Amino acid sequence: MVSEFAEKRKTLTGYKALREKKGSFSPLGDRLHLIFDGNAFVHLYHGLHTMDPLSFPGYEEKLDTTMKKTNATDACITGIGRIGGIPAAAAQLDGNFFMGSMSSAVGERLTRLIEFADEHALPLIIFCASGGARMQEGMYSLLQMAKTSAAIKRFKDYGGLYIAVLTHPTTGGVSASFAMLGDITLAEPNALIGFAGPRVIEQTIGEKLPHGFQRSEFQEEHGYVDAIVAKEDMRDTLHLLLKLHEYREGPLPVEGGMADESI
Amino acid sequence: MKAYDSVLMARAKDRPRVGDYIDAIFTDFFELRGDHLMGEDPAIYGGIALFDGRPVTVLGHRKGRELKENLACHFGMPEPEGYRKALRLMKEAEKFGRPVITFIDTPGAYPGKEAEEHGISDAIAENLAEMSTLRVPIISVVTGEGSSGGALAIGVADRMYMLEHAVYSVLSPEGFASILWKDSSLAPRAAEVMHMTAPELYCEGLADRLIPESPAGIEKDFTVTTNAIAEAIRDDLKELMALPADELVDARYEKYRHFEGKMAPATPEEGEA
Repeated sequence: MVSEFAEKRKTLTGYKALREKKGSFSPLGDRLHLIFDGNAFVHLYHGLHTMDPLSFPGYEEKLDTTMKKTNATDACITGIGRIGGIPAAAAQLDGNFFMGSMSSAVGERLTRLIEFADEHALPLIIFCASGGARMQEGMYSLLQMAKTSAAIKRFKDYGGLYIAVLTHPTTGGVSASFAMLGDITLAEPNALIGFAGPRVIEQTIGEKLPHGFQRSEFQEEHGYVDAIVAKEDMRDTLHLLLKLHEYREGPLPVEGGMADESI
Repeated sequence: MKAYDSVLMARAKDRPRVGDYIDAIFTDFFELRGDHLMGEDPAIYGGIALFDGRPVTVLGHRKGRELKENLACHFGMPEPEGYRKALRLMKEAEKFGRPVITFIDTPGAYPGKEAEEHGISDAIAENLAEMSTLRVPIISVVTGEGSSGGALAIGVADRMYMLEHAVYSVLSPEGFASILWKDSSLAPRAAEVMHMTAPELYCEGLADRLIPESPAGIEKDFTVTTNAIAEAIRDDLKELMALPADELVDARYEKYRHFEGKMAPATPEEGEA
């Protein structure tokens, strides 16, 4: 009788923890706040959001509720700010919004940011985090892989520096496009980084994957990551890399805009 | 006809394979093997051949015919070595000014342990980036199932054709149903809402040409299909080969730049001064 009660309590505690976890979101663009001077940046393309290209059952409703819940307009935040006085363009994919999946709007925001960085000769930093494609947008989602990769290739060919920062988790179509195209690739410790999900691989090969498979340290060991950098060291590391690529301090290329001062 | 019927037809065992298309459309094919880095992946088959007497590079996913070959090719699911071989062939084509023709027929990239260790994400990403600026024309033909990044990794092209019963999608309808509805048996319903059939993608402007198949079955009168592909290639190459390389690459960029679903607002510049 006692044990049954204990069991029930345990379950209830579990539900409570789960509910809290579900209800809590990391602040919008937290990594961008972390790296930019004064914890502030200018939001770009915030209003651009996806509109259900396949008229997929239930998608529009789910978009609406997710927007209200997360306060975000899609799974990617793009903006410009300064790092140690050096102007830079940066984006962060937001795992709270449809698991950071690539919608048309995510692809379009990133592409516009990449083109903006190119036009204004800014270095580009993208914090990647994604479950992959936005299923509800079908082929339109898949084609964002080609679109963003083409934009990155152009940006790099024209001489721009692109630093990809891989955070937990970076998988699927995002890992197989702009996430892997950095001139420099950094990763946060212990982030899951891979194309196929671990469960899919285990089902395919019929064996358990070793501990640490597809984590940042694994990717570093296999030669796909330049350095593993903890969140608290990210700003200084990025600043150093920008200096090493001879980017200089200066004003931001746009005045005003939706400067975001919150943390 | 239901969308899922096309999915089944696209996957049919007796559907022509990449080698059949190469034999029917080109002459003097010489196979090139290996990525010259790590290994040879038979799931990508390719080489140099003549089309109307002009050299072209051709490559595609290989599913294999017999079980032994199926297994060696992972049923058309390439590993990083396959994608890197494809890129090697395309770069070689670029050097010699040859157009590239690719044939797409894959359930996706191989989800294996070594594939991850050898950088499958890196290999696919590299192909997407490099194909976007390749300075020779690229034509892709989806002949069977085109699924996910594993298809797109040899499919960034100036012109994309789809066979009448080919399908192209972000993921297999089974995978799609299992992710969104937690039930892979709902694949037929998924296929209906995914807009993955050739006529749908053609109507939406994602495919440039629709290639007919014999009503009796593609393998019954294969020349209906191969003649139509050859004619389309002939037609498009005439136009594409006449473009200076810079214009060709710019046009390809613009093409992919504007693949987008509906978005609001259409030209949002809020936040910018």
